[in-house]
Amino acid sequence: MRIVGTSINRVDGVKKVTGALKYVDDIKFHGMLYVAVKRSPYPHARILEVDTKGAEALEGVKAVITGQDVPNRAGLYLEDKTFLATDKVRYKGEAVAAVAAETKEIAEAALAYIRVDYEELPAVTNAVEGLKSEAPLVHPDLGQYKWGPIFFPEPGTNISNHYKIRKGDIEKGFEEADYIVENSFYVPHIQHCPIENHSAIAQMDADGSITLWASCQSPYAVRKALSVAFDLPLNKLRVISPAVGGGFGGKAGTTLEGIVIPLAKKTKGRPVKLTYSREDEFVNSFVRQGMHATIKTGIRKDGKISAVKNTFIWDGGAYTEYGVNIVRAGGYASTGPYDIPNVWTDSICVYTNHPVGGPYRGFGMSEIHFAIEQNIDMLAEKIGMSPIEIRKINGLRPGGKNATGQIVDVCGLQECLEDVAKHIDFNRKESGSQPHKVRGKGIACGYKAPSMPNDVASSAIIKMNEDGSFHLLVSAQDIGQGSDTVLIQMAAEALSIPPQKITIKTGDTDYTPYEWQTVASRITYCAGNAVLKACEDIKEQLLELAQLRLGVSKRDLVLKDEYVVSKIIPGKGVAMKELALGLSMADGSGIHGPIIGRGAFIPPNVRNTDKQTGQGEKPVAFWTYGCQGVEIEVDIETGKIDVLKVASCFDVGKVINPKLVEGQVEGGIVQGLGSALFEELILENGIAKNPSFVDYKIPTADDMPEMIINFVENPEETGPYGARGVGEPCMVPAAPAIANAVYDAIGIRMNSLPITAEKVLKALKEKSSVL
Amino acid sequence: MKRDVCFILNGEPVKASIEPHVTLLHMLREVFDLTGAKEGCGGGECGACTVLVNNKPMNACLILAVEADGLDILTVEGLSNGLELDELQQTFIDHAALQCGYCTPGMIMSAKALLMKNPTPTEDQVVKAISGNLCRCTGYKKIVEAVMDISNRNLGS
Ligand code: FES
Ligand code: FES
Repeated sequence: MRIVGTSINRVDGVKKVTGALKYVDDIKFHGMLYVAVKRSPYPHARILEVDTKGAEALEGVKAVITGQDVPNRAGLYLEDKTFLATDKVRYKGEAVAAVAAETKEIAEAALAYIRVDYEELPAVTNAVEGLKSEAPLVHPDLGQYKWGPIFFPEPGTNISNHYKIRKGDIEKGFEEADYIVENSFYVPHIQHCPIENHSAIAQMDADGSITLWASCQSPYAVRKALSVAFDLPLNKLRVISPAVGGGFGGKAGTTLEGIVIPLAKKTKGRPVKLTYSREDEFVNSFVRQGMHATIKTGIRKDGKISAVKNTFIWDGGAYTEYGVNIVRAGGYASTGPYDIPNVWTDSICVYTNHPVGGPYRGFGMSEIHFAIEQNIDMLAEKIGMSPIEIRKINGLRPGGKNATGQIVDVCGLQECLEDVAKHIDFNRKESGSQPHKVRGKGIACGYKAPSMPNDVASSAIIKMNEDGSFHLLVSAQDIGQGSDTVLIQMAAEALSIPPQKITIKTGDTDYTPYEWQTVASRITYCAGNAVLKACEDIKEQLLELAQLRLGVSKRDLVLKDEYVVSKIIPGKGVAMKELALGLSMADGSGIHGPIIGRGAFIPPNVRNTDKQTGQGEKPVAFWTYGCQGVEIEVDIETGKIDVLKVASCFDVGKVINPKLVEGQVEGGIVQGLGSALFEELILENGIAKNPSFVDYKIPTADDMPEMIINFVENPEETGPYGARGVGEPCMVPAAPAIANAVYDAIGIRMNSLPITAEKVLKALKEKSSVL
Repeated sequence: MKRDVCFILNGEPVKASIEPHVTLLHMLREVFDLTGAKEGCGGGECGACTVLVNNKPMNACLILAVEADGLDILTVEGLSNGLELDELQQTFIDHAALQCGYCTPGMIMSAKALLMKNPTPTEDQVVKAISGNLCRCTGYKKIVEAVMDISNRNLGS
């Protein structure tokens, strides 16, 4: 292969380094109106009355909406939300009314003239409390909502999904164990913090159709949810995602889009724009759900885990239309990448009066692995075994069985583990750089599958131009991960043309073909497969025409360096571009017409798991396995942790672009480092206390560790060129590896994130007072 | 009441009449349609709005437009010359020092300011110079490598 596997430059590089790329907030239209949103001051309250007359009377105000303008419930997996609150508010910050005005200042000033009367209700501010029978109900009408068949809400409670794994015989598994250990962990809410805040513009045409520009990862999923919410036929709603300034899952669903559309319906064709502030981004987009984990494990003296019982209680927030699927993923992956014969898991999504939980890079996996991977180290210590050895003994291998009973086909976990142990020099103790600093090393494994419904679809269209260049059309969105570049590389390889000859166009539901969503580390695999099929289609057409032109059987023809050539007769061939518009015959007539390739893909044979046991032969499209090791230094005077070095290895099947995938993993590691050391959206009585970069720190260049990034390549049978996704998996082991290193350094188990300097210092003091 | 400001913008003298509460960032984006500088926080915490003011990197969200009067402002749009990229821009591409690209204009301007002051910075100096620019995608490594590439080239020449 000549193009796949090489580090070509990003195709979107020039537009990005020059500042020329227009993100949604950079787009301006003539006559554009600006939006401000009236939000709930309470985490849970009944709305008694909303009076907007004062705001409507203000000069410059062009439209005002309330929940009454958006009565339909919508959502991706469970239709539980309206875009503005109708009957009650369920988190502090929920939209109650919105204003479109000539300027942002007028819109903001108008909010003071909207009167909302509330009756405050008792709030659910802890997921575990929310499970109790006396807890207030966040969604008393849950039973009337619609949801997908793979989710299991329990109407009459706050449970919006209860996913179960019942594998083997759990009691027998515990009987076989020499030790039984129970550990609990807590993962707090964090936020994606893309540097681009959400932004959307809507405009209504004279015929009532709507165009929406949104910084969204998944224009088609957004179109579908909005069409339900606003009773708009899909051919009357056009969603354009011009560019996305970082998503990490936060821009996968719908948020502010549902506010600009109803306003645009009232502004007589004038476009309406809403851009979130950073505070909005923290509270009113999506957050990563909090999670309480309890893991009870039975282990034998020889290191084999015989049974595991998991309880994962997720703080889903006010609406869990998306969150229910995170909980499902946390359930079917609940053993981590280990082969455990007896498993009992309850993964439970609980409605709370907190900001809305949603997809965040790694989708449940970062959360459960923080618990699982520390638990594994704790078990190893219990039986006096090294953290590497216990992972070797229990880690998945081809032929093994995961939590759902699926037989593992390809799996490079053990190779990754070895690679990382070597590069972090795991068994070597290092001494601190100063007397008050101590070093520690930690390792963690991880795995992830695309968490998506079984039959989600992708498609691609490739159009050939007269000069032999191509346009590739997809709705896979380049949100920074590099999909534009990688999809071009795949197509260029398949068609044997230089990548510069392909221009990619994405993200316009009126013009680019269907893609379910840009999430779940699925694009390289799913969209990649669709692109390859479109190339196959092109190839078929070119060979057909070349066969006529050259008088050589199509069997003996191949695409090579922009030509269709004979495999047998040297020098016999025709330039591909000569066939671009069809074939001109000797008598002056023509046949076929323009060459356009079409490709469609659904991951093959992925099936539902059993409702009661969670068992199934192939519940996901593929699994990505890997491992990370870290070396840290803890300042025992201040508690501050420095991550010095990270070694990472993932089995990606096939590296399509080494430079880009390396960058993706580096980004995942540093994001994981942030979640490990500083990030928490602090919620007190349902109120976010630190929704700004002043009080919520994300990693800066100063926090960057040395990073050694490696890959193994066990091809994915159904993957394009053998590739599978890694964009999210690379974040998954980072936090638990750091937690394990903290234990190695100072002998203290950190059962909750983030592991801040204050927490470490406090724990060190407690420890020394005990000694 | 609007006030007049005259300043140098990307090498050209310009003039605008602007409300006194408007930020430099807002003026650049809305009046001059230079949307390379982004608003990531509006509070001086993310660096996405970084522009050079008299060759110093500043958060344009913290400066009032009227304060620009008489100053020399360089935005990312002023770095390249037509289709010809600045060496630093090209190096960012070559090193894959960008992903979503939203932090990139600000990041490049911070690094540019450093290189203008010190053509051969050390890695620590590079890290320090960009530590006010948040990037959520790259993990910073390739950004530092890109800038160091230029530093090393300058050292060699
Ligand atoms: S927008 Fe100016 S520093 Fe964030
Ligand atoms: S490249 Fe996305 S924020 Fe830096």
